[in-house]
Amino acid sequence: MTTDNLVYERPEAFTETPTHYCPGCTHGVAHRLVAEVLEEMGVVNKTVGVAPVGCSVFAYNYFDADFVEAPHGRAPAMATGIKRVLPDRVVFTYQGDGDLASIGMGEIVHAAARGENITVIFINNANYGMTGGQMAPTTLPGMKTTSSPNGRDVETQGYPIKVSEMLSTLDGVGYCVRRSLHDPKNIRLAKKAIRAAFETQMRGLGFSMVELLSTCPTNWGMTPVASMKFVAEHMVPAYPLGDYKVSDAVKQIKVQG
Amino acid sequence: MPKELWKGNEAIAEAAVRAGLEAYFGYPITPQTEILEYLSRRMPELGRAFVQAESELGAINMVYGAACTGARVMSSSSSPGVSLMMEGLSYIAGTEIPAVLVNVMRGGPGLGNIAPAQSDYNQAVRGGGHGDYPRIVLAPASVQEAIDLMALSFDLAEKYRMIAMMILDGSVGQMMEPAEMPAMREIRRRDYEWAVNGAMNRERRILTSIYLNPLDEEKTNLRLAERWNEVKTNEVRYKEYFLDDAKYVVVGFGTAGRVALSAVREARAHGVKVGLLRPITVSPFPYEALNQLTGQVEAFLVVEMNAGQMLDDVQLAVRGRVPVEFYGRPGGVVPFHDEILDEIRRLVSGPLAVSSNPRDSWLTRMYRNLKIAVP
Repeated sequence: MTTDNLVYERPEAFTETPTHYCPGCTHGVAHRLVAEVLEEMGVVNKTVGVAPVGCSVFAYNYFDADFVEAPHGRAPAMATGIKRVLPDRVVFTYQGDGDLASIGMGEIVHAAARGENITVIFINNANYGMTGGQMAPTTLPGMKTTSSPNGRDVETQGYPIKVSEMLSTLDGVGYCVRRSLHDPKNIRLAKKAIRAAFETQMRGLGFSMVELLSTCPTNWGMTPVASMKFVAEHMVPAYPLGDYKVSDAVKQIKVQG
Repeated sequence: MPKELWKGNEAIAEAAVRAGLEAYFGYPITPQTEILEYLSRRMPELGRAFVQAESELGAINMVYGAACTGARVMSSSSSPGVSLMMEGLSYIAGTEIPAVLVNVMRGGPGLGNIAPAQSDYNQAVRGGGHGDYPRIVLAPASVQEAIDLMALSFDLAEKYRMIAMMILDGSVGQMMEPAEMPAMREIRRRDYEWAVNGAMNRERRILTSIYLNPLDEEKTNLRLAERWNEVKTNEVRYKEYFLDDAKYVVVGFGTAGRVALSAVREARAHGVKVGLLRPITVSPFPYEALNQLTGQVEAFLVVEMNAGQMLDDVQLAVRGRVPVEFYGRPGGVVPFHDEILDEIRRLVSGPLAVSSNPRDSWLTRMYRNLKIAVP
């Protein structure tokens, strides 16, 4: 094949690991965007990633970078420890909604409040994927999961947590936005946001997070195409896309590409 | 260095700094808080990392992250806080990285109180976090010994890629004593072959405690067990007092051992051939030293500030060959030396039975001594 018709290439920041994610799952897209950004910034060899507990527990298999694997929800605390002793390295966590918004709520809020110079990639797919699709703090009202079989009843099971909105109230946060991975246009916007988040870290401008609305076709019981549609029609209205916090200093950053 | 008056907790903090501590992560809890407070001043003035975490969970996972880079790091807490840290300790053990934790123990269970106790012996030595893992546990009995064991804790943790825990009761943490600080050691960031710090000019590294294939996890467990054999062979430490001709031997660690020494000295002054063995490493435990003594003595007396935890280890060493008796003050009570002296006298006057359960007979005596009704 000549480069003329080369339309897809594995980023160099990726290892040659075949994906273990389900067909139609957007973890692969999110991984790829992070890999492309790290590569474009030329920081892969000074990056330390922190993998979560959940489907992306094996995120470290895909990135050709140093990685640690955190206990459930504790990735921001581990990232804090790493960044405090290696302030010139690029440190990021990659966390799902069960990990970040439930068991790890204390760790994420305080890492953000302290203004830790770390980047968080937050995958919101409205359920616990790895354990088989239980209700998460982000599960939509009325949404059926294996632990809310009749649909999430807000009277007894409470309301979804809007993490980006919540963290954006904290002064330690430099950059906090929500994007979606359900179509090419939004994927491009997501990549730009991921770049901005890492640039925030590189410049020491505080905590940065990109929340990515994502699919879970297997546990949602939908085809990949129907899952994308579900994100557009149900997730986006519940979790509006947008910039929740871009500090004045971060606004000055000019991102190429 | 000259002797100075040091408070236990502050001495521990300064000793850690002088041992080359690069980062400290902690959370306030009595009777340990002075370690956190001292380091909140001391670490920033040296340009080193200090974070007051949001919880003990946060603190131990910050330690976990920083330890993965090969940096010399620690945390400290007291009993209820250490319970919260058990998750992180298990992960640190499973990842096979070095980390140091100080537990200034208080009375429990539950919220308990803030008085000195040794009630976390079993948690430190045997249990705590999930999974099958060994850990080194050191038990100082004075401010000076706490200083000396601090540097050793780091050295052992790094040598064996293992958790080294120092357990002391609140009285060692809170009291002031003359003590000598070691010279400042320079920070030496070793480029360990396992450290995760950015894959510059080398293959990437991954630090994890997950082994989905049970055969891999089994190999890891075997490797940990084999490493523990090395620790058992090389690192058992204890202090002996008057053991050469001893017919009776008191066994106690930390403050209980220190109070027992006063009682042993007084008994010696009255002509009683009694000695003291004070374990410094309660894990690895000095089983062999006690095994050797068993041939020479008529009875052992285990003294603890709990309801009989190290007692099990002494019984394992003695294996029923001579009587093992027990005296403990749990709940945050420090025994007086004359209580232990009375127990030594009881041993000498006999008769003692190998078959009796030392915990049961101790309970009976406690209710009688404290003049409270048996429920």
